[in-house]
Amino acid sequence: MTTTKGSVTGVNGNMVTARVTGAVSMNEVAYIGAEGRKLKSEVIRIRGDHVQLQVFEITKGILIGDGVEFTGELLAVELGPGLLGQIYDGLQNPLPEVARQSGNFLEPGIYLDPLPRSTIWDFSPAVKPGDEVQRADTLGTVPEGSFTHRIMVPFGFMGDYIVKSIKPAGGYDVDEVIAELTARDGTTVPVTMCFQWPVKRAVECYSERLRPVEPLVVKTRIIDTFFPIAKGGTYCIPGPFGAGKTVLQQVTSRNAEVDIVIIAACGERAGEVVETLKEFPELIDPRTGRSLMERTIIICNTSSMPVAAREASVYTAVTLAEYYRQMGFDVLLLADSTSRWAQAMREMSGRLEEIPGEEAFPAYLESVIAGFYERAGIVRLKSGEKGSVTIGGTVSPAGGNFEEPVTQATLKVVGAFHGLSRERSEARKYPAIHPLESWSKYDGSIETPIVKYAHRFLERSSEVGQMMKVVGEEGTSQEDYIVYQKGELLDAVYLQQNSFDPVDCSVNPERQRFMFRILLTILGAKLRLKDKDDARAWFYQLRQLFLDLNGAEWMSSRFNEIKAGIEKLAGERSDGLEIAATRHIEALE
Amino acid sequence: MNKIYSRIESITGNVITVRADGVRYGELAEVSTRFGKSLAEVIRLDNEIVSLQVFAGGRGISTGDEVRFLGHPMLVSFSDALLGRVFDGAGVPRDKGPALAENLIRIGGPSVNPANRIVPRDMVRTGIPMIDLFNTLVRSQKLPIFSVSGEPYNQLLARIAMQAEVDIIVLGGMGLKYDDYLFFKDALEEGGAFSKTIMFVHTASDPVVECLMVPDISLAVAERFALKGKNVLVLLTDMTNFSDALKEIAITQEQVPSNRGYPGDLYSQLAFRYEKAVDFADAGSITILAVTTMPGDDVTHPVPDNTGYITEGQFYLKGGRIEPFGSLSRLKQQVNGNTRPDHRSIMDGMIKLYASYKDTIEKKSMGFQMSNWDAKLLRYGELFEREMMDLSVNIPLEAALDKGWEILAECFDPKETGLRTELLEKYWPVKTA
Repeated sequence: MTTTKGSVTGVNGNMVTARVTGAVSMNEVAYIGAEGRKLKSEVIRIRGDHVQLQVFEITKGILIGDGVEFTGELLAVELGPGLLGQIYDGLQNPLPEVARQSGNFLEPGIYLDPLPRSTIWDFSPAVKPGDEVQRADTLGTVPEGSFTHRIMVPFGFMGDYIVKSIKPAGGYDVDEVIAELTARDGTTVPVTMCFQWPVKRAVECYSERLRPVEPLVVKTRIIDTFFPIAKGGTYCIPGPFGAGKTVLQQVTSRNAEVDIVIIAACGERAGEVVETLKEFPELIDPRTGRSLMERTIIICNTSSMPVAAREASVYTAVTLAEYYRQMGFDVLLLADSTSRWAQAMREMSGRLEEIPGEEAFPAYLESVIAGFYERAGIVRLKSGEKGSVTIGGTVSPAGGNFEEPVTQATLKVVGAFHGLSRERSEARKYPAIHPLESWSKYDGSIETPIVKYAHRFLERSSEVGQMMKVVGEEGTSQEDYIVYQKGELLDAVYLQQNSFDPVDCSVNPERQRFMFRILLTILGAKLRLKDKDDARAWFYQLRQLFLDLNGAEWMSSRFNEIKAGIEKLAGERSDGLEIAATRHIEALE
Repeated sequence: MNKIYSRIESITGNVITVRADGVRYGELAEVSTRFGKSLAEVIRLDNEIVSLQVFAGGRGISTGDEVRFLGHPMLVSFSDALLGRVFDGAGVPRDKGPALAENLIRIGGPSVNPANRIVPRDMVRTGIPMIDLFNTLVRSQKLPIFSVSGEPYNQLLARIAMQAEVDIIVLGGMGLKYDDYLFFKDALEEGGAFSKTIMFVHTASDPVVECLMVPDISLAVAERFALKGKNVLVLLTDMTNFSDALKEIAITQEQVPSNRGYPGDLYSQLAFRYEKAVDFADAGSITILAVTTMPGDDVTHPVPDNTGYITEGQFYLKGGRIEPFGSLSRLKQQVNGNTRPDHRSIMDGMIKLYASYKDTIEKKSMGFQMSNWDAKLLRYGELFEREMMDLSVNIPLEAALDKGWEILAECFDPKETGLRTELLEKYWPVKTA
């Protein structure tokens, strides 16, 4: 705790200038006393004895001469057991608790403990006096829901320590000293089950970073098969409004095969968060059989909440993700939307009167976005285990135009791009990920050459479709027309997926492989279809069967019945397979 | 004690600066000029230099005019006495009624804690089939009406105001033509809804700063009524004028513009207002309908674009009708499952057929031959547009659903509609010879 004090000399929107006496550090947290309240703020520029602070609250009511207290600490989050299932604002205030204290409205100046103070955790020690430990080493564990939560040496403890004492197994709250560590210089420091870590510093307590190669399954066919995500990778979902970004994020947050999901609702509608808040406690996580909320943390800084806190919220989210990664978990961070975060930076940059870059975004936009996505990664911990943070961010490009700075800066640093198109969403083709514009650098659960083979049909089908708009069906050759129908079939029954159907909403990789194999027998077939009407009728019939199959319980009698129907219908018109298709089908067996 | 300052340091556009101390950010002041008094709001503090935005504008202000700080931020009186009254953007009566000064409340207050929100669950009936049946308005929803200058959006708004099942209507007019203001007044009086309406009107000739106050003042009043258990409908017209006022002021203050001259915080500014829409678990609700005119019918223009990211869908008013394509109520799924069993099917089925009708029209215009099926679609499209889409149609949801079945029966065989068999059996009208 420093004793630096200051007084307000200027107010402009959510930026306050103060004159200080004493040392101040960049990004330090300060509290401005105004009208009997203390407003949290962060130092964002220092010039001589004047500092500029971005205030995380509405600044109305601040007076010239109001006192400012500097804490000496960077903006930090509290890490410890009890984070899971919480709903925080961008500064880690537990919103339900805030509501209990101040009612319906978010009154400025209320900051509560992020972790529940009264909960008693069932602690089991993992070290004994005399053991040598370093930061992030496990001192003991507590059960948190279905997870084993590690109580670690705080990440800020640089150097080597000797365990002087450790509490025996038993129930303790987060403030109780559970261990004493002695540093090399002989000083002894107490350790509780929780500690602080500055949000804008990546946690780097691991032995090495690995290349993200293992697929992260989200049970959405178009993603897992065509544009896969990897554990520890990054991806982005840009799309115009109404294209289904948020629904896609919600579906992902439910179905993703990871241990922990962190949802950062950053500058978006409050209503959408509310849906998640009300639904998740009711939904069961098939992996653990417990409520989905138990594996979820929601960071909620919706569009009408103060802008500066919005900027902080994505960092709060990623820091919590890194904390759980240190315990060997796979964590998925879904940020909706990173454009709102970038806009928050733009607002602040404008107030600081910095020279603007493109569309008035600050010149450092790209490096900040890159820095954020680079906090994703799969790492080998010092214990040898692996843990990962995967980041998926939506982007809301102005006017739906992907050429704008935030989308472009994001595309440079992510490993997969799921571009949503208004054209597809208006045609009710969901998820509206554009199959020809999107890409992924990761390997999925189906081998890349096989996927490429199928993707080629989509490309050619689209070409023929474009051409047909000009020359009409009659001007299209039968061969081209069949390719067109093959692509349309693949689109309708595989790329599109009904997220409201109880079966179709989540499809595991095994079923995806199975379906893909059946589809290959049609895509790769030489078909005996005499004219276009014949072809259209046959493909429509096939499409209906596939859609029924998508809605049938895996390997149920109905499933097998429909499957047999498809095989029969396909067999009637098929004159054998292309060589490539035969090879791919065999590979999928 | 209110200090008086009689030396204005600078005047730029609508912003004046004075040297003063003890002034709070966001505080109000009264500027006395030879044209009368005007309110002004503190928008910047820099040591002893205080910048104020003058509601009546900077024109005619002399450096020797008096500035008196009031010691409080912008306030508005809140009581049932507001009902049936008309005010301007500064809260001054526009009608001949008395000024109200009791029970003053702050405007632009903090946002609602998301943890205390509830999932919307009640439909707001409007008697307009294109809304009730196809894009149901839901209590606590925020929906813009995307339109173009010249379209009857104010007429639509007035009709919804008169017909919607709500306790209180707050109308916020921004940059309204004086004629439109009179139109609203007359329409609401004739419709008998005036006694439950409060109007805050900024007309096109009023000072631009007052335009900015209209949404905040309207929503602050609405919020208080909602907390008292009332279901409030807030109508805002036109949010593009509000955004343009933001732009004008940002540029005179030399802020760096981001997109087509609009300030970088346009999204946050709009969201801050729209997010006031809420359904309180233990009290009333606020539903917001706001007109957004799209310059050049361009949905990618910054104002409709940012609005679309904030609101829960939009009504697209074009050619005097609410277009089924381009209109969307994101919340309709929350309520249209519990109205009548045929609601969702009629909604989807009729729209699909109308889409086919549009394709047929296109084919027809290109000179292709019309089949028997095309002829049916053409008949259907014509009926649909006349009996459903026309804004003069005014029937409750159930009647609209029945009407839907009638139209289908008049044009098609049951099997051609693509509707589920059990619905056809239950609802298909039996033809009386």
